[in-house]
Amino acid sequence: MANADCIVIQGSNMAEAHPVGYQWVMEARSRGARVIHVDPRFSRTSANADKHLPIRAGTDIVLLGALINHVIANDLWFTDYVKAFTNASSIIEGDFADSEDLDGLFSGFDPATGTYDNASWQYADASADGADGADGGHGASTATGVPHGESHGESHGSGGPQLEHGEPARDETLQDPRCVFQILKRHYARYTAEMVEEACGISRADFEYLARSMTDNSGPERTTCFAYAVGWTQHVGGAQFIRAAGVLQLLLGNMGRPGGGIMALRGHATIQGSTDIPTLFNLLPGYLPMPKAGAHDSFEDYVDSIGSKSQKGFWAESEAYAVNLLKAWWGDAATAENDWAFDYLPRLTGAHGTYQTTMRMLEDGLDGFFLLGQNPAVGSANGRMQRLGMSHLKWMVVRDFSMIESATWWKEGPEIESGELKTEDIATEMFFLPAANHTEKAGSFTQTQRLVQWRQQAVTPPGDCRSELAFMFELGQRLRERLRDSTDPRDRPLLDLTWDYPTDEHGEPDPESVLKEINGYHVGGEQDGVPLSSYTQITADGTTAGGCWIYTGVYADGVNQAARRKPGSEQDSTAAEWAWAWPANRRILYNRASADADGKPWSERKKYVWWDEDTQRWTGKDIPDFPADKHPHDLGDADEGGAAALAGNDAFVMQADGRGWLFAPSGMVDGPLPTHYETVESAIPNPLYGQQANPTQMTITDRDNMNAPGITGTAAEGEVYPYVFTTYRLTEHHTAGGMSRFLPYLAELQPELFCEVSPELAEEVGLEQNGWATVITPRSAIEARVLVTRRMRPLQAAGRTVHQIGIPYHWAQGTEAVVSGDAVNDLIGMNLDANTQIQNSKVIACALRPGRRPRGPALRDLVADFQDRAGISPTTAESTLDIGPTTAEPSAELAVDDPRGADTASGEEH
Amino acid sequence: MGSLIESAGRPGADSGWEHEHPRKGFFTDTSICIGCKACEVACKEWNQNPTDGDLELLGSSFDNTGELGANTWRHVAFVEQDSERIEEAKESGRRLVSLGMPTVGPRSSGPRPGAPSTPGGRPGDDLTGEDTTPPDTPEFRWLMSSDVCKHCTNAGCLDVCPTGALHRTEFGTVVVQQDVCNGCGTCVGGCPFGVIERRDDGTISPRSSRDEGEQKDPDHGTANKCTLCYDRLVVGETPACAQTCPTTSIKFGDREDMVDSAEERVQQLHSQGMTEARLYGANPHDGVGGIGSVFLLLDEPEVYGLPPDPQVPTKELPQMYRTAGVAALGMVAATALAFLGGRR
Repeated sequence: MANADCIVIQGSNMAEAHPVGYQWVMEARSRGARVIHVDPRFSRTSANADKHLPIRAGTDIVLLGALINHVIANDLWFTDYVKAFTNASSIIEGDFADSEDLDGLFSGFDPATGTYDNASWQYADASADGADGADGGHGASTATGVPHGESHGESHGSGGPQLEHGEPARDETLQDPRCVFQILKRHYARYTAEMVEEACGISRADFEYLARSMTDNSGPERTTCFAYAVGWTQHVGGAQFIRAAGVLQLLLGNMGRPGGGIMALRGHATIQGSTDIPTLFNLLPGYLPMPKAGAHDSFEDYVDSIGSKSQKGFWAESEAYAVNLLKAWWGDAATAENDWAFDYLPRLTGAHGTYQTTMRMLEDGLDGFFLLGQNPAVGSANGRMQRLGMSHLKWMVVRDFSMIESATWWKEGPEIESGELKTEDIATEMFFLPAANHTEKAGSFTQTQRLVQWRQQAVTPPGDCRSELAFMFELGQRLRERLRDSTDPRDRPLLDLTWDYPTDEHGEPDPESVLKEINGYHVGGEQDGVPLSSYTQITADGTTAGGCWIYTGVYADGVNQAARRKPGSEQDSTAAEWAWAWPANRRILYNRASADADGKPWSERKKYVWWDEDTQRWTGKDIPDFPADKHPHDLGDADEGGAAALAGNDAFVMQADGRGWLFAPSGMVDGPLPTHYETVESAIPNPLYGQQANPTQMTITDRDNMNAPGITGTAAEGEVYPYVFTTYRLTEHHTAGGMSRFLPYLAELQPELFCEVSPELAEEVGLEQNGWATVITPRSAIEARVLVTRRMRPLQAAGRTVHQIGIPYHWAQGTEAVVSGDAVNDLIGMNLDANTQIQNSKVIACALRPGRRPRGPALRDLVADFQDRAGISPTTAESTLDIGPTTAEPSAELAVDDPRGADTASGEEH
Repeated sequence: MGSLIESAGRPGADSGWEHEHPRKGFFTDTSICIGCKACEVACKEWNQNPTDGDLELLGSSFDNTGELGANTWRHVAFVEQDSERIEEAKESGRRLVSLGMPTVGPRSSGPRPGAPSTPGGRPGDDLTGEDTTPPDTPEFRWLMSSDVCKHCTNAGCLDVCPTGALHRTEFGTVVVQQDVCNGCGTCVGGCPFGVIERRDDGTISPRSSRDEGEQKDPDHGTANKCTLCYDRLVVGETPACAQTCPTTSIKFGDREDMVDSAEERVQQLHSQGMTEARLYGANPHDGVGGIGSVFLLLDEPEVYGLPPDPQVPTKELPQMYRTAGVAALGMVAATALAFLGGRR
């Protein structure tokens, strides 16, 4: 980021939530970069930017789409880059219909299931139809994509979704009406500066400033960088917000270049690491998918579904990555004969994300629950249902530093106060195990830049506090001991696990031995046990084993490369000898794109990786992200798959066609192009399409999870939930508060929950500075102190005044922490993005009134009263609003229940 | 009374230290402060200071610390301003230039080529004919600034301390010796910045200790303030606040270098049209003889809660002694005269 000439921070409060990383934004500023913050609130990030653009929450795609339109319409796109490295020229199937044609839907939508069949989004096959622009006549049979019938939602990791092969029909002139560039142009033609003013509340002058800042700072000589965080992901459609920025950055030629890219700012330490080596139900290490029951019954089916051997790039080797992993886990028990113990892996039968798990608890479908590093009673949406869910468990283990609210809900949670739960009636057996903190154990953190940084143990943990590693290792040992004599085949996966880490005198396993296993090593032969140094050494014949293929090299030469600490002053600006970045210690992904089609740097100023004619190799300031000796003019071997198939300008080496995708033929469940929808509770009609909200949204239908009526609300009575609030984090606190509200030095800096309102809204509602306000949604009501500030500004959008409220979410009720307050996530419903299963926490309709909330049972009465007035009470609303069961039955089900994957980044990441 | 004769450059040497230590100090550049309060936390962690206040919201923007005191040695102020106030700040900053602040060139979008690197402002610089139009004034801004003990050249607290508990260190800083302090509190009134305070009560880490129970504060009843991390300086370490600051808003080093880089920075900001930038505490002729912790501010000092014209209470002391001496001599003379006259 320090190398950027312009930084657009949108969907992130970077200075507050990532203050250490923000030093690089400040560094870029001091070098003359322009920093623009687009956010509903004026935050500490805005205070340290050149300009703040307030936006109506949830309209980011209108703004980004208008920038895309502006860039195309004014011919400001980086022509050579787009032609060389993106799929702009690829021809799409003739029966594809855009949202422009179908009033907000794409072709392939099934209203009965709320899902898309993406067959018509595929590339037209070069062999079946040339690039002559002839229209029509394309059946699904000629499409190049394989996974027809269902648009998959599970994560494709760094690899992207597969294609059968990477040679679609193309029109290099970009004139064919069915080529991606023309489709893109038509799709965003109505996303104008006027539309931005109308939908986002951003003036034309401000839009002009933003557009000019970006286009002036993009091109061969300059680069612009985007940064986002959960201000984008925590929307229904949030994955498409990010893709919209990706499309824009590809058009401006800002990917794979220094100072470019899109920084996905992670919520806390090693959240990146927890997706690389995942805590997610649908992923295995290194972004290999979890196999699904029925679809992946054989190893061959499974491997074929990850990446076709005939596709371009490194995902064609996915079989080797999978075998490598299975060998690491099951050692000698994984053989060619038993398909490397593939059947030891569990199979998915559906989505098992955070919120599905909550619903299963409520249905008495879960007996026990381990909770590590998370505080869902505070940090997850609809906190009341989270806590009620836990009361259905038979037992629950909490490992944390302090007695967090997820450990104390049974004696002092809000439901005890409201009388809904009585401690003596709760049968859940609770266990609390104290955890060692990061200074009390060694290990690694992987951050936003994919940099794996090792930290040493500073002190031994006090008392019974133990590391997660020690806990898991010992739990495994005890389980294996109990099952030692079992002959039940279902116990074999546990008994055959390689589970043999050396321990120190305190019983702590050596974390470097785990790192070595993650890195991978040779199996058998002369080099038996020698660490691998590159993922290209990984084999599919069982002669290598490794826990995460993308981390291969972190323990190269038997040295912990993540522990390297050579100061920046002693090396060049790439600082390749500080820690280690996956993959292959590469600091910028797809850096082949930092040189032009001929392999020459785009400019001296942005020189990074280039083709050296003398040595006939790629070279530069970073490890080239490309086959080292493949000439820029190489056409690729179409008969081969994998790296050999890549042409010399296929810079996006993990994509099945080697190109950056302006248009996504597969991989997204809600459309190949980002499209604006209003949020489900929005009272403003979609200004662009008849389709009001994202048609693939997953809403958990339950009487305790109802939504505000939005545009279907009765106007006669006025809106019952007329305002919108958005949640955010403060520097002083950490997520759900487990690591800050219990620490006096942090707690005293922000001691009480507050809501930020504009002077205009305070006047309208009758709020006083530092007084109390009650915020009410169909889920719950909370109280907060009032902070009246001009940092909150009412916006003029859709012909009305839009009032937005900001509420940080770090507090909870209880007596264990130094400070307490109401839990804001109690207000939020479980409406999930279908790509990621992440909840919308950023645009919530609410009512606001002065004073404190009622105590005891009167709280639920207040919530019910507002539901009644909005016409969404459980006894009356089913027919009109389709909000699920109307009886008091505890059972509930997913509105859309299909086996799509989830990528809940955990409630901790709000 | 050593500080009465101290010069801004070497108050440590003037206090009788024989070895040569350059005077140490902070430069707090508020123009790059992001208000993270890491300095407040690092300070309390390192010095094991008790928590403050009653854990209630102050309703004062994001500031819930309020002010410096016995337990809080770094305090980040948050100031929300509209365009009218910003305009006034720009104007008052511009006026300071004509009072001898660094020269300012024409408006430009970047650092001005050939801008003088040393402050060379002449009193009464005529700016007519030069384009001093500032860049567009934003509608709103949010100032953040981390305040700390000033470690004055002429330190009021030190001057009035009757026990010698407050002393001038070899780094030119002013530090309380807790084992000498008798808690009389005279220093509290002696500080023109309201920095030093007696610690009346408190525990170090209530309800948070991972090992034992609560630790009683050992410095109960004595005067407390920033030591500029004396215990870190003697082993060559940087003070905790400067070490932790993620944006280098708090810089630490030789006081002379701090003042130089502060002046350079003001110059740079003025050349970019930010005429509201000004120095605080760098003037050796002010009422405290200059301070060890210089600041770059973006508005009048009062806006941040800093006194515009701090005066050490002992500043007039020599004159007072002289006057008192003359009076005493007069009294003696009069008495003598009376006796002489009586004898006559």
